[in-house]
Amino acid sequence: MVQPWTEDFMVSFWIVVMGFLVVATCGLVGTYLLLRRMALVGDAISHSILFGLVVAFMVFRSGGTMVMFVAAVATGLLTVGIIEFIHRQSRVKTDAAICIAFTTLFAAGVVLLSVAEVKGPVHLDAECVLYGEIAFVPLDPAVEVLGLVLGPAPVVRMAGVLVGLLVLATVFYKELLVTSFDPALAKSLGIRVGIWHYGLMAVLSIVIVSVFEAVGAILAVAMLVVPPMFAAQLSDRLPVRFALVFLHAALSSVLGYQLSVWLNCSPAGAMVVVGALLFLLAWAVTRPRRAAFPGWMAPN
Amino acid sequence: MMKDFSTTAPPLEVHDLTVAYDRRPVLYGIDLTVPAGSLTGIIGPNGAGKSTLLKAVLGLLPLSAGWVKIFGGPLAQNARRTGYVPQRESVDWDFPVNVMDVVLMGRYGHLPPGRRPGRADREIARACLDQVQMLPLARRQIGNLSGGQRQRVFLARALAQESDLYFMDEPFAGVDAATEAAIVDLLREMKARGKTVVVVHHDLSTARDYFDRLVLLNVRLVAAGPTAEVFTPELLQKTYGGRLTILSDVVQSLGEEP
Repeated sequence: MVQPWTEDFMVSFWIVVMGFLVVATCGLVGTYLLLRRMALVGDAISHSILFGLVVAFMVFRSGGTMVMFVAAVATGLLTVGIIEFIHRQSRVKTDAAICIAFTTLFAAGVVLLSVAEVKGPVHLDAECVLYGEIAFVPLDPAVEVLGLVLGPAPVVRMAGVLVGLLVLATVFYKELLVTSFDPALAKSLGIRVGIWHYGLMAVLSIVIVSVFEAVGAILAVAMLVVPPMFAAQLSDRLPVRFALVFLHAALSSVLGYQLSVWLNCSPAGAMVVVGALLFLLAWAVTRPRRAAFPGWMAPN
Repeated sequence: MMKDFSTTAPPLEVHDLTVAYDRRPVLYGIDLTVPAGSLTGIIGPNGAGKSTLLKAVLGLLPLSAGWVKIFGGPLAQNARRTGYVPQRESVDWDFPVNVMDVVLMGRYGHLPPGRRPGRADREIARACLDQVQMLPLARRQIGNLSGGQRQRVFLARALAQESDLYFMDEPFAGVDAATEAAIVDLLREMKARGKTVVVVHHDLSTARDYFDRLVLLNVRLVAAGPTAEVFTPELLQKTYGGRLTILSDVVQSLGEEP
């Protein structure tokens, strides 16, 4: 039952580390998405990003990190731009506009994928697009810096993205807070709300493209939404919620991997299932407290 | 001694301001000057464009025509001198912040990007909370506040902005009597300190007592000036049109008093 841990420790280790990094990174950026009621936009970008990746591979014939990031940011901003354009130019409501934009881009990506039969340094078959393959992560060549072996390339890249995200979230804590809570006040204070909106979308795109290979388009959405929901059940303070996202990432990656070993299933899928169970548990534990005041008899 | 404002530009000057949603004008050709140190109420029927006027002045809505000057210049130049109290319903009160966090947001305009509020900002926030009798609740999550308490938090946040010109959108809507009295005291105190305050107000019966100047608005500007001059049955009828039933009491009381 614990065989993989004893036999192939390094493989298991890297899968779990990657899982932790993926869930923590998605959960951090997802916290802001939920606060801004933009979970659907995360869904949209996670799908439309396929289009950008395929185009990038066709144009540059490479899957280098910078190419990927640039393609992701361009596609993410394109997606948001299309959504806002449709919404503004027609009577289509935002949710429908989101669905039009991302399904169209995703479909275009699927078509391009089969037309071009992209075969590059990063394989991109349809199955990988949907589910990703976190189990392949340990097979990637290790990154060495100054003679120090850091780990498989996707893991190192993911860690870099998480650190970058943490730095941004710390330095620009107040701008992100006020533009999320009260955009009108932020604007009246002279803070450029639009820049922060598009900046967050660009960061979201980079996060999604970094996790894409490991978990695919659909599970990425779960990882954007479930950890912040778990944290929201347990705390009313934003900094505590961020800490809880990390706790959720640790628990769901370790327990999820264990579950995948028992059931011999996809580790990424198992991590999401465990993550969702953790959310249910948090919800069940805190429910009595919340139910003390049913909506209709709550004060004020 | 208060600054001599006669030589400086007025806090707010609006010329020919027009705002349209879907090409339907909701504000049309507004000309308005708000003098320094005044306490101005904006009144008018539902859909008159009262909140729209505030939002347009603050650059939160695109103008179809006209211009706005804040202290003689564009808003961006004087953002720090301008404070805003949005409608309470405009934010999500389940947001994971406490009372102190919200009041500290009032300090953000004074801090460069990347800088967090420091000890001095916290002291100011504390003083502002104290001024609205909310200091004991500083650590409370904002979702666990009553309507009146929420309004006080917004007011404390505005005070923390340390601005010279304030815009408040319906601060009296749905608050308890104690909070209403506290807001009135606060407005008078702000005026006494030379601040200029512009308030969207929905309650005609109190408008005359609360404000020394009034703006009567119904898509177009009906009248603007000292309360004694513009709070007249004729102008109110012109503003509220056929909705006289709501008005009759006010108009009657006006007729009875000297």
